[in-house]
Amino acid sequence: MPADFINLANVTISGVLTGLVYGLMALGLSVIFGVARVVNFAHGEMMTIAMYLALILFTSVNVNPFVAVLPVAILFFFIGYFLQLNIIQPFISRPEHAQFILLLAVAIIMTNSTLIAFGPDARSVTLDYLLESVEAGPLLIDRGKLYAALIALGAAVGLFSFFRFSLTGTAIRACADNWLGAKVAGLNVQHLYAITFGLGSACVAVAGCMLVLLVELTPAAGPAYTLLAFVIVIVGGLGSMNGALAGGILIGVAEGLAGLWLAPSAKSMFSFALMIAVLVLRPRGLLGNKL
Amino acid sequence: MNRRGRSLLALLGLLLLVLPSVADNYVLSLATLFLFFAYTGQAWNILMGFAGQLSLGHALYLGIGAYTSAALFSHFGIGPWAGLWLAIALSSLAGVIIGFLALRFSIAGVYFALLTIAFAEFARIGFDHFTWVGGSGGLFLKVLQREQIDLLNLRGTPTVFYYVILTLAAVAFLACSWLMQGRAGYYWQAIRENEEAAQALGINVFRWKMLAVIISAAMTSLAGVFQAFYYNNLFPEQVFNIARSIEIILGPIIGGIGTLFGPIVGAAVLTLLADSATELVAALGWDLPGLKQLIYGVALFLIIVFLPHGIWPRLARTLKVPQ
Repeated sequence: MPADFINLANVTISGVLTGLVYGLMALGLSVIFGVARVVNFAHGEMMTIAMYLALILFTSVNVNPFVAVLPVAILFFFIGYFLQLNIIQPFISRPEHAQFILLLAVAIIMTNSTLIAFGPDARSVTLDYLLESVEAGPLLIDRGKLYAALIALGAAVGLFSFFRFSLTGTAIRACADNWLGAKVAGLNVQHLYAITFGLGSACVAVAGCMLVLLVELTPAAGPAYTLLAFVIVIVGGLGSMNGALAGGILIGVAEGLAGLWLAPSAKSMFSFALMIAVLVLRPRGLLGNKL
Repeated sequence: MNRRGRSLLALLGLLLLVLPSVADNYVLSLATLFLFFAYTGQAWNILMGFAGQLSLGHALYLGIGAYTSAALFSHFGIGPWAGLWLAIALSSLAGVIIGFLALRFSIAGVYFALLTIAFAEFARIGFDHFTWVGGSGGLFLKVLQREQIDLLNLRGTPTVFYYVILTLAAVAFLACSWLMQGRAGYYWQAIRENEEAAQALGINVFRWKMLAVIISAAMTSLAGVFQAFYYNNLFPEQVFNIARSIEIILGPIIGGIGTLFGPIVGAAVLTLLADSATELVAALGWDLPGLKQLIYGVALFLIIVFLPHGIWPRLARTLKVPQ
């Protein structure tokens, strides 16, 4: 096989793997919007906090992120539950811009609390055994990315099964379809919204614990991740779960290829152009349901 | 507006007029910042408060205005008074494109907000690689002696800039109150409250929304021209940043969306809030990066939770003046 082709294949595979982690992050945003109709503008900031928790657990008590992911996800579930029930719930019936400012204030508080707590320097987690690559024929796969993507995929499958098969999951889907009907049927809509926000937060926590293995971390990274999550869910379809994962993979691969062919700093230009094209030509997203 | 309101407004105007003769340079720079955001807030309010379109990408128009006038000045020596027309034309064009896409393909609400963010971010990264205007390294304007006043090229003392932005803010205020009381204002409010009903009454929704986008974009680009010549340096990472768009919209939202005084009150509160947070941090001697913004964030949170319609409607009741 020609070297160019192998290089291309490697970049593509790496993009798919990173994209799965992005996809899980976007899945959290999509689920929260799909059910509670809340646009979580603090999404990337929440992920940055999860990334710092994973980093601190690793550097101070030497717990590796593959283990830390479970307690961090559980903690984030409760944080999300609390946030929705006590802070966002009163804003559900208020106009979009009021919700936006509320979550923006939450985002500002989160970003600057992490800045005060951890300082402005970029940090990262390196595990020695992740530095070796997995060889599959002529292809080289980054071990860290592979494991991170598998865990992200596992979390996504878990979430899909929860919504598909469990009673609570079915109740939440009922709320998303028709919250008034769900209320009439005797469901505790506020509690279910809070569970959804908790699950979305747990998704973002898992994605954060995995992403800390792949990228450098600064407190200021939050807003960029929020935007990235939005690009992915718009491209995949806001509120669609398959769409979020597919959108994540698409953006992951596209950014990898754009980094290969164009200047690396210009790579997210492509994502925004794609988002504009999708908004104009197919506003429900590539895999979204009809609006 | 009743007599009480008119006399309070006259008092505010008089205060702002004589401010440079009593205030030092620091207070003057704060006042300039306040007027800048009062002006941009007024411009944004036309689109959101009057016509109901939530734009989160106004940094785009600001940046187009700033870069157009600055590039004309530094490459061809064309002064801002001539350059501002091209700035207005280009940002109106951007407004037309965004407005057309949004209205033609009925992109509304959150989707409209994301569309505007996408355009601004696209421009930010594009200008990072646009080497004719300095790329990510920034574009710098020649600074003359700060004491030398050259009105033709908008170079001069802080007082000059203060009066320029005061004039802009005052004209914007008067223009908005004129628009609000005219046909356009009533049409916009009808569209904002119930688009189908407005359409059924024969209002051309497309045309009037488009007009709101264009006026808002053109007004914002003038603030960009001012910004370029006031600060003398432009970086895509700052000018087109989403944080800039957010700064523009915070004032009117906190002050009261859709009101004439909301953007002014909001800009004043935010400027004072940011400054007192800085002073508080300095006075306590805590040298923590981020503490100032944290205080700011908490204050923002409290305002949005406890004053859902903004500060101005509440203040107007206290002052016994109509909104």
